[in-house]
Amino acid sequence: MTTRVPILKVGHILLVSIQVDLDDQAVMALQEDLSERIVATGARGVIIDITAVEFVDSFIGRMLSTIAGISRMLDAETVVVGMQPAVAITLVELGLTLDGIRTALDLEKGMRLLSAAGTDPASGKRAEA
Amino acid sequence: MTHPPTFADPEIAGLLRENKQRLLDDWSREVALCLRGSLEPEEIREDLAELLQAMIAAMDEGADETTTGELRALLEELSRRRARQDFRPSETATSVFAIKDVVRALLGPAPAYETLERFFGFSRFVDELALITYDSYVNAREQVIIDQAEQLLELSTPVVKLWEGVVAVPLVGTLDSARTQVVMEKMLQTLVETGSEYAVIDITGVSAVDTQVAQHLIKTVAAARLMGAECVISGIRPQIAHTIVTLGIEFSDIVTKASLADALAYALRRSGVEIVRLPEETQ
Amino acid sequence: MIAGRAPAVGEEVAIASNADVVRVRQVVRSAAIAARLSLVDQTKLVTAASELARNTLVHGGGGKAQVETLVQERRSGVRVAFSDQGPGIPDPETALTDGWTSGNGLGLGLGGARRLVDEFDLLTEVGKGTKVVVTKWAR
Repeated sequence: MTTRVPILKVGHILLVSIQVDLDDQAVMALQEDLSERIVATGARGVIIDITAVEFVDSFIGRMLSTIAGISRMLDAETVVVGMQPAVAITLVELGLTLDGIRTALDLEKGMRLLSAAGTDPASGKRAEA
Repeated sequence: MTHPPTFADPEIAGLLRENKQRLLDDWSREVALCLRGSLEPEEIREDLAELLQAMIAAMDEGADETTTGELRALLEELSRRRARQDFRPSETATSVFAIKDVVRALLGPAPAYETLERFFGFSRFVDELALITYDSYVNAREQVIIDQAEQLLELSTPVVKLWEGVVAVPLVGTLDSARTQVVMEKMLQTLVETGSEYAVIDITGVSAVDTQVAQHLIKTVAAARLMGAECVISGIRPQIAHTIVTLGIEFSDIVTKASLADALAYALRRSGVEIVRLPEETQ
Repeated sequence: MIAGRAPAVGEEVAIASNADVVRVRQVVRSAAIAARLSLVDQTKLVTAASELARNTLVHGGGGKAQVETLVQERRSGVRVAFSDQGPGIPDPETALTDGWTSGNGLGLGLGGARRLVDEFDLLTEVGKGTKVVVTKWAR
């Protein structure tokens, strides 16, 4: 059975916290679930918390990029938060730059980034650009 | 790695076992003499008793890889301990050599030729044991040096907090690839621990960089970005700027500032802090 | 403390499913911790192993990974060998350049994995299979 990562909804933000080593199938499932939830909820932002993630390989990296791409098309912003230094150093060495993905040190800063970008977590209304 | 000494002579082993107490007395006395009283006699005797026991086992019938391995481990342990107690390697080796005289004395004034042959074999065995202590002494000393070098590295590369959310790494001296890597990892860790979104890498005190060091700096900036933080490099000297351009390293994506002060001002501005000079009358 | 201590006997993991790729990562992680690799080096090795195990599964049609902890006099490390009896790689040199992909992934698999380890050996024969051996030493 494929591991399903729970997706939480906080205001107009979808929050995903990856806590276990996911196999490729679970990674794909998360990608699909998130896309569906963005559409279903009209979410304005997606935060993926990877504080507990011990490595990001090209497969997971691609999943993060894809989610960011999909959410952008659905008018939502994606922020990846909590990447560990060892993971970041490895990603750079691997050659992955995760273009188009916004990052923040922790959940709180990620939330702030989304509200600064105009996604008010409480109302979901966008500030005028 | 040298092979463990192999020397099986159950007769000598028997001789040593029968005269164990006397041997230990004489051997301990000899060793105490050459260590000039810097170790307690009881401590010497304990060490030697253990060593003698292992030697007998390694020479006796049924000696195999396990018994010689145990002897080797014991010698290495002894040597390491002596190295840390600041004994010279010759002093540790002499402790081992001393057993030759003691055993020779056991053989009486005019031993038979066959007995002497045996003794020579035993003597070679002891030589090998002494060499083991020498090797491990050198290894132990090297480890001490490596440990100290690491401590020095830790001391020489502080990551300091400049402001809420801004840390700085002042780099001084010659940057080699290994040191840069250690500092950069430490800096990224500090960003996480302090929740700082800005890091200033100040290289005012750095005399030269090579391609590898420059690459490490660039990779660190990229890694910090992936973590959600921004790096500013300050204090690039003209020669270094020249090197970077000559080496064809792509630096354009990186924020650089002339001085640490400029870098701090930039980081503060970016995090929404404005510094204003107060009007004169309020000072 | 016998001379010429033999490397610890390795652990073998069959790679036949996505779950096995996860298991390879876990076994490699424990070996890396046992060999006292730094956290960064552990992460690099686990990431490389993940890429290579996925290659073995997806391109090689499954195979196995052998994980060994190496202990030498002055250094310790971990060696992982991935092997399959798949179609092999027709042009290994090209396969190692970034951007190359056989259709699945970002094309960073082999070349990326090579950058993350200290030693990298690729043996491949078309129609016979592929073997990739990587080693990471503790700094």
